[in-house]
Amino acid sequence: MNLAFRDIRHKLGRFILTCLGLSLLLGVVVTMAGIYRGQTADALALLSATDADVWIVESGSQGPFAEASRVPGDTRELVARIYGVEEAGSLTLQTVQMLHNGRRLRIQIVGYEPGRPGAPAHLTDGRQITSSRFELIADRQTGLKVGEKVALGRDSFTVVGLTSGVVTLSGDSVLYMALRDAQQLQFDLAPPAARKEAARGAQRSGTDFVNAVVAKVSPNVPPAVIATEIARWKHLSVLTGAQQETLLTRTVIERASRQIGLFMTVLTLVSAVIIALIVYTLTLDKTRDIATLKMIGAPDRTIIGLIVQQALLMGVSGFVIGTALVFVFRGVFPRRIEMLPTDIAGLFVVVVVVCLAASALGVRVAVKVDPSRALAG
Amino acid sequence: MVETKPADALVEIRGISKHFGEGEARVDALRDVTLTINAREVVGLLGPSGSGKSTLLNAIACILEPDGGWMRLDGEVVYDNRWLRGNLRRLRLDKIGFIFQSHNLLPFLNCTDNVALVLTLAGWKMDAATARARELLAYLQVEHRAAAMPGQLSGGEAQRVAIARALANRPRIILADEPTAALDSARAGIVMDLLHKLAIDQDAAIIAVTHDDKILGRLDRIYRMVDGRLAGE
Ligand SMILES: Nc1ncnc2c1ncn2[C@@H]1O[C@H](COP(=O)(O)OP(=O)(O)OP(=O)(O)O)[C@@H](O)[C@H]1O
Ligand SMILES: [Mg+2]
Repeated sequence: MNLAFRDIRHKLGRFILTCLGLSLLLGVVVTMAGIYRGQTADALALLSATDADVWIVESGSQGPFAEASRVPGDTRELVARIYGVEEAGSLTLQTVQMLHNGRRLRIQIVGYEPGRPGAPAHLTDGRQITSSRFELIADRQTGLKVGEKVALGRDSFTVVGLTSGVVTLSGDSVLYMALRDAQQLQFDLAPPAARKEAARGAQRSGTDFVNAVVAKVSPNVPPAVIATEIARWKHLSVLTGAQQETLLTRTVIERASRQIGLFMTVLTLVSAVIIALIVYTLTLDKTRDIATLKMIGAPDRTIIGLIVQQALLMGVSGFVIGTALVFVFRGVFPRRIEMLPTDIAGLFVVVVVVCLAASALGVRVAVKVDPSRALAG
Repeated sequence: MVETKPADALVEIRGISKHFGEGEARVDALRDVTLTINAREVVGLLGPSGSGKSTLLNAIACILEPDGGWMRLDGEVVYDNRWLRGNLRRLRLDKIGFIFQSHNLLPFLNCTDNVALVLTLAGWKMDAATARARELLAYLQVEHRAAAMPGQLSGGEAQRVAIARALANRPRIILADEPTAALDSARAGIVMDLLHKLAIDQDAAIIAVTHDDKILGRLDRIYRMVDGRLAGE
């Protein structure tokens, strides 16, 4: 006869309410883990969408994702001439605001040279950009459809292709367009003063710069050789795809993970305290029943079992409901929530451990209950 | 202590004492208590408040360790200036049944399961325990309430279910603390008749602490306690 289960059934309403409350709390913990994984995936999304072996950036910079980088517009030609480089392409990156269906979107515009490296590797719909002007490839997340027209700067663009899951570190959608369009847009959207300066031709205008050059390297030439070659130009640095990935994980994701880890730890501790308090009050409520059980000869293991099983049942149901809620509602959440089975399993283990630890207080009280309390009127 | 055990002595106590506190706060709750209770007897334990009745009952129930003395329950010496048994709860489960003033049924188990629980604790299979619980409820004439939760019972019904639970493991010693205090005199009479019937049917000794004048006439013997001492029968 399972006493824990019978007691719960006796006060089912109270138990369900407690579980629901707990499920919200544990749901937030699960969401945190999902956000962390989502952020990791987001951070690497643009990098992995780009089919390139090496990234040539401003000397000393760890750009173009983790840091700002500017290289002269003719860098691509320099790079393309290096032995071992098969093809190279210029890239620009800029963040703009865009109005779509009354919604203000923050988007990252990637300008690349059609036909050269830098194009999105996979399209889910439509085609790559063929004409050098006024065509766009957008991410599904923007809500744009193939064939739709979008006003950006002074021009109107047509969406010709769609990507899926190509976003920036901060979750903004990425739009691809031809390099010339992107540079024009940079000029159009630049602050008026700078634009006036540029129009007067007083300085090299923004159109003479790009943010990085990406290159595909012959499989017979190690990237290190190419890196040494390029480093001869003092104004350039080279990063391999793998280095970019480490950079993004180390500098950007690590900070985010520490924040999220802190929140998760605090929330888990809060859950532990709450479970401990619930178990403690449940035990206090049952003091007399526990005394009676001891008096009629029930062993401690029956009584400890009652308390620990209730704590576990509460924690586990809370966790299951919480996780289910996250699965149901993650679509409406503004950031990507990536639920990995290993994370869920890990959190489940944590919840079980927390429940066991939290029931310690109740168990202590129960073990100490004096059986003679059963006699007291 | 060498002594021949009378054939039907179930509770034998020699020179048991117990005090609480020290110095000015010292209370001698039991002073050199000696008594014998035989099978098929219903014995009353009377005395003013604070005279040590509950303390004595707790000592017999093996939930309170005396300062010293000797105690034999159902033929087994359980205390000789120290406990002689490691597992006192098992001893209670096997030898002693309890009837409480307020029935103390577990609120989350129905009547059958309240009775069956004691049996499963003693190692019975659930099916057999349930069957025996039903029998006991029938014996106490509350089988019609077998599926009810304790909260739905009247005081008299609850006390009868509690008595069924006390009997489940066929203990030969039944300890009752104010078993009729919560009942009116008609129902108190029924419960006392029942205790007599039990004492005979189960060959058991029943010790009832009571303040209840209306049941005095229904006790076989009465021990009076004053200030921790037994003041004769
Ligand atoms: N755990 C304890 N700690 C300290 N003193 C106690 C304890 N239990 C009992 N006493 C004291 O021992 C004495 C006897 O108490 P006991 O409970 O046996 O009395 P009683 O005869 O059952 O009284 P009542 O009729 O009021 O139930 C009392 O003076 C009581 O205060
Ligand atoms: Mg008392």
